[in-house]
Amino acid sequence: MASVNRQVLPGFSLSLGYTIFYLSLLVLLPIAACFLKAATLSRSNFVSAVWTERARAAYALTFGAAFAAAAINLVLGLLLAWVLVRYEFPGRGLANALVDLPLALPTAVGGLVYASLYVPKGWLGQYLVPLGFHGAYSKTAIVLVLVFVGLPFVVRTVQPVLEDLEAETEEAAASLGSSRWQAFRLVLLPHLYPAMITGFALAFARGIGEYGSVVFVSGNMPYKTEIAPILIVARLEEFAYSEATAIAVVLLVISFSTLVLVNLLERWSLRHEH
Amino acid sequence: MSIQVQNVSKRFGGFVALDDVSLEVPDGSLLSLLGPSGSGKTTLLRIIAGLEVADQGRILHGTEDITDHAACDRQVGFVFQHYALFRHMTVAENVGYGLRVRGRPKSRIAERVRELLALVRLEGLDDRYPSQLSGGQRQRVALARALAAEPRVLLLDEPFGALDANVRHELREWLRRLHEEIHVTSIFVTHDQEEAFEVADRVVVMNNARIEQVGTPDEVYDQPASPFVYHFLGKVNKFAGRIVRGRFRVGATELALPSGTQLPEASVATAYVRPHEVKLQSDQPGSAGLGAVVRHVNSAGPVVHVSLERSDDGSPFLALLTKEECRGLTLRPSSLVYAFLKNARIFPEEAG
Repeated sequence: MASVNRQVLPGFSLSLGYTIFYLSLLVLLPIAACFLKAATLSRSNFVSAVWTERARAAYALTFGAAFAAAAINLVLGLLLAWVLVRYEFPGRGLANALVDLPLALPTAVGGLVYASLYVPKGWLGQYLVPLGFHGAYSKTAIVLVLVFVGLPFVVRTVQPVLEDLEAETEEAAASLGSSRWQAFRLVLLPHLYPAMITGFALAFARGIGEYGSVVFVSGNMPYKTEIAPILIVARLEEFAYSEATAIAVVLLVISFSTLVLVNLLERWSLRHEH
Repeated sequence: MSIQVQNVSKRFGGFVALDDVSLEVPDGSLLSLLGPSGSGKTTLLRIIAGLEVADQGRILHGTEDITDHAACDRQVGFVFQHYALFRHMTVAENVGYGLRVRGRPKSRIAERVRELLALVRLEGLDDRYPSQLSGGQRQRVALARALAAEPRVLLLDEPFGALDANVRHELREWLRRLHEEIHVTSIFVTHDQEEAFEVADRVVVMNNARIEQVGTPDEVYDQPASPFVYHFLGKVNKFAGRIVRGRFRVGATELALPSGTQLPEASVATAYVRPHEVKLQSDQPGSAGLGAVVRHVNSAGPVVHVSLERSDDGSPFLALLTKEECRGLTLRPSSLVYAFLKNARIFPEEAG
């Protein structure tokens, strides 16, 4: 009996197979290896590896700094996207291209430049450090550099949504008697929530995983300015591979749960689209 | 509230959208701005709403000059062609928006929303989102939203343009009835003459950034003020001729000039005659008819379409006859008939 293909789009099994294979090879396999390696530790060894005071300080700093940077990027990115979409000005194309630069630039370069700018003798540091603003070798420094690497995400997710928003929607709001601020808060902003959440999540995830730039600006002082990825490297240098992967597993689990949470939030913000 | 538009002009770069336009809209009327695309009708509506700023001229609500008021202070309701509903708000939230931004108490808003949803016959859909509604329902939500804060004027920009034919018909009738119920001064823009005639009690015909004619549907159809209005509102025959001794001569026929028509002697002019105002006869009793040859007859339907050709210069024209009028006439291809032109309006040649 001839089999009947009931699918309109051809190649379903091929593309599904390809997707699963690729995801397994590139994402699942390394993660599984990480889990397996961590599983070689006994339960109590695992706990003592991942739950030291130093590790807890590193987790708190990693997630705290990534969160703070993503929050700053949310506001700055929204503003930037707004300006790029709504106003015509000379150099707009250049400004638009500059937004992507942090993605292309080796983050280590970014870190080095930030560090040299904000050290007490640096261009900015010579004025800022006397004012009490320590932009290098501090927690502030980590947030600063994470804002830099996370900048493109909010801009690039919000921008197309803003571009697609019909001018009529805002005109309708105006003709119904709302002030500019009311129109922004009640009409425009809710349209942007899903994109803002996505952008925030991407910037946040990027911040958690960021290593190259932070290592140069933070000073890497245990308990103070040491982020979790640096702690992992420190463990590796002690040849404590299983302990290093155990910390990685904790990072993974927390990151994944955060992303799931953000996804749920995004779905909720899209409840009106059917 | 009546609206006065006084000498309004508007340019977009090099394009003149409105050229010294003045218009008076009496309180409680339902007026239609009719014209081809690019004629300036939407620009005029948007200037009245405050969504566009006129380069020159003034807009008055009653006696109050609102030229410099922002859109949000004008108390107008605006309905867009593509609804422009707030996608993230439910139907009830959309309708209540205008009251919410004015800080009305929640209970009052809820009451008013209920009232309006009943008015637009959408009871029970309060909690739906716009994406769950049909086009016709969305446009009724948009209308309810525009009416919620009791606007002094209701402005509709091609409100039925995005809907399919059936829904469009239904909504037109419904808008007419709604206006009879609430009597808010309304202006709606359309490029569809049938829609304008069916809904509006006054029609403003616009062309090339100017108003061509203002009048009731009957007036603009039966007494077009310009060749453009003739062409834009239905079919018309043109007969080229000349002014001779104060009368219009076309071929062997002479027509009296309508009262008020002043044309110089011997000037070239064109007579405009609607196809249903062309009468045909087989013979010529006394007065001179316009000799013509029948080319084609289509008698399917309530009226008979007769395509003719003038015997003298061969130019084509069309006559619409009732079946009654056709009795006693031999209307076969190439038979000879005489045409008599009723109610012709004569315009100088260059105006056509």
